Amino acid sequence: MAIAKVQSHETTLKPRKIPFNLWRPGPLVLLLPALASIGAVSIYPVLLGLWLSFRDTTLSSPTDTFIGLGNYFQLFSDSQFWNAWIHTIQFTTASTLLETLLGLMIALVLSERFRGRGIVRAAMLVPWAIPTVVTSKMFGWLFDGQNGVINYLLRSLGLIQHNVDWYGSPDFALGTIIIADVWKTTPFMALLLLAGLQTIPDSLAEASVIDGASAWQHFWHIRLPLLTPTLLIASMFRALDAFRIFDLVYVLTGGGPADSTEVLSTFTYKHLFSALQFGYGSALSTVMFITEIVIAVAFGVFLLRKMREIGQ
Amino acid sequence: MSGIQDFRQNPPQGFKFPSWDRVLIYPCALFIVCWSVGPFLWQMSTSIQPDRELMSPTPHFFPYPITFEHFVNIFVGKSFHRYLTNSAIVTVTTTLICLLFGSIAAFALARLDIRGRFGILGFILGVSMFPQIAIVAPLYVLASNLGWLDTYRILIVIYLALGLPLVVWVLFGYFRSIPQTIDEAARIDGARPMTIFFRIILPMSLPAVVTTGLLCFIASWNEFMFALAFTSDINHQTVPVGIANFTGVHYVPWGDIAAASVVVTLPLVIMVLIFQQHIISGLTGGAVKE
Repeated sequence: MAIAKVQSHETTLKPRKIPFNLWRPGPLVLLLPALASIGAVSIYPVLLGLWLSFRDTTLSSPTDTFIGLGNYFQLFSDSQFWNAWIHTIQFTTASTLLETLLGLMIALVLSERFRGRGIVRAAMLVPWAIPTVVTSKMFGWLFDGQNGVINYLLRSLGLIQHNVDWYGSPDFALGTIIIADVWKTTPFMALLLLAGLQTIPDSLAEASVIDGASAWQHFWHIRLPLLTPTLLIASMFRALDAFRIFDLVYVLTGGGPADSTEVLSTFTYKHLFSALQFGYGSALSTVMFITEIVIAVAFGVFLLRKMREIGQ
Repeated sequence: MSGIQDFRQNPPQGFKFPSWDRVLIYPCALFIVCWSVGPFLWQMSTSIQPDRELMSPTPHFFPYPITFEHFVNIFVGKSFHRYLTNSAIVTVTTTLICLLFGSIAAFALARLDIRGRFGILGFILGVSMFPQIAIVAPLYVLASNLGWLDTYRILIVIYLALGLPLVVWVLFGYFRSIPQTIDEAARIDGARPMTIFFRIILPMSLPAVVTTGLLCFIASWNEFMFALAFTSDINHQTVPVGIANFTGVHYVPWGDIAAASVVVTLPLVIMVLIFQQHIISGLTGGAVKE
């Protein structure tokens, strides 16, 4: 009897459908505030930006006419654009690779049990919580050409003879920015990879031990393949994020010296807010947007193929 | 590197680890701690050293003599408290609205019958991957037409959209982990969805909501580009813009910058250290266990 009663409840409740009624907040109405807030600041501006990119709008002059693909043609012959493009790709590749490697190492250490692991995990979150502008200034001070601690340490170790002007010279500036970015965002990477590592069952490690596999073999043949999807997803997020880098560059070098650290975001920002070329700037940002989609799709396809390989 | 230590996770009976493994893991751990905390500790040390010491050829890691002149400089000379006030108003308002909208949306997605919920979640996630520079120009045009430049409003509206994806995703994961039978019991008693949400799910999820709020707070507190583009004076500029503008005419005031960094970051660092366990499980969907 009791069982029958429960079952009858289940059958009546299973569909859990609430009839749509404007006066009773149905599920979609509950989503509305959030989706409207997101849509207002994403969909509409992106469409407006697309529209602007076909015009020669400049806020400092009354010109505002439709010029079709004119901005895009200008962009492809703009050597400064390609300069920024190359720096962005260099930065994205280097920082994503370094962060993935270092993040993996940190995640492997933190997945072990040892005394004080909680403290290490907590310490790891510090760079993540620090505002990027502060990180920028902090590395500006650490790598200062005159009184920077890095110069002092390297001189003390005898690795350099004279102070190096890290972010003041075109040779080292991009590298300094990459180091600052690696410091700032590796914790997040490590956290994502740690989560991935912990979903791998411990029984696999036991099986490896019983089969006489070395720790290295276990890592290379068991853990790494199982971690590949997580690695790919995490590095995709990093790559997409690194591609739009702005704060670090803008505050540390402003794109200089001699445009050696100019990236697409800072380049676009200058066109928008220094030259007030909203038409051309919008064409630049549209190109960035398309590149982001290409990166995401490329990672997605690669991920699917890897998943299928593992599945077989 | 430490794949060597894999087996200790769940050591089979009688398996003995080489003793050097245990020794190896501590230098690694020490390196992680120094690498993560070192730069900020140096920034703290810098903030209480007089300029004369900072300009000396050999840096002093332990500050002596100690001075608070840099803190006086930033508050008296540069009105740093005004940036702090602006940031506090924008960030607190954003966080509260974000939690309200985001938790209701996450509740609907996680526990009500919505067709295409993963489509909606995918859209929300996709938006958070936008290059933000792509929306800054159109939003600037919009804001200037509405007369919203140099207001808190415009920053709050933008940060709301930037923070919501995070809030919705983290809370979605958390709400999913609460057994569905609780809703069903309440429904039998005649509770409506909003009642279930406010009276049952929300109180049960308080730790997750607090953590999510903290994540949202940090994201808005740290945002730079929109604040830079949409505000032009100290009446509305936020802290990151204020710090970015700290430049001297003849030399860079590293001591003042360090003091400002400490004022801005220390509260965040302390909060993060207190909530670290919740933050880690929130960001990783509970996959990282202690």
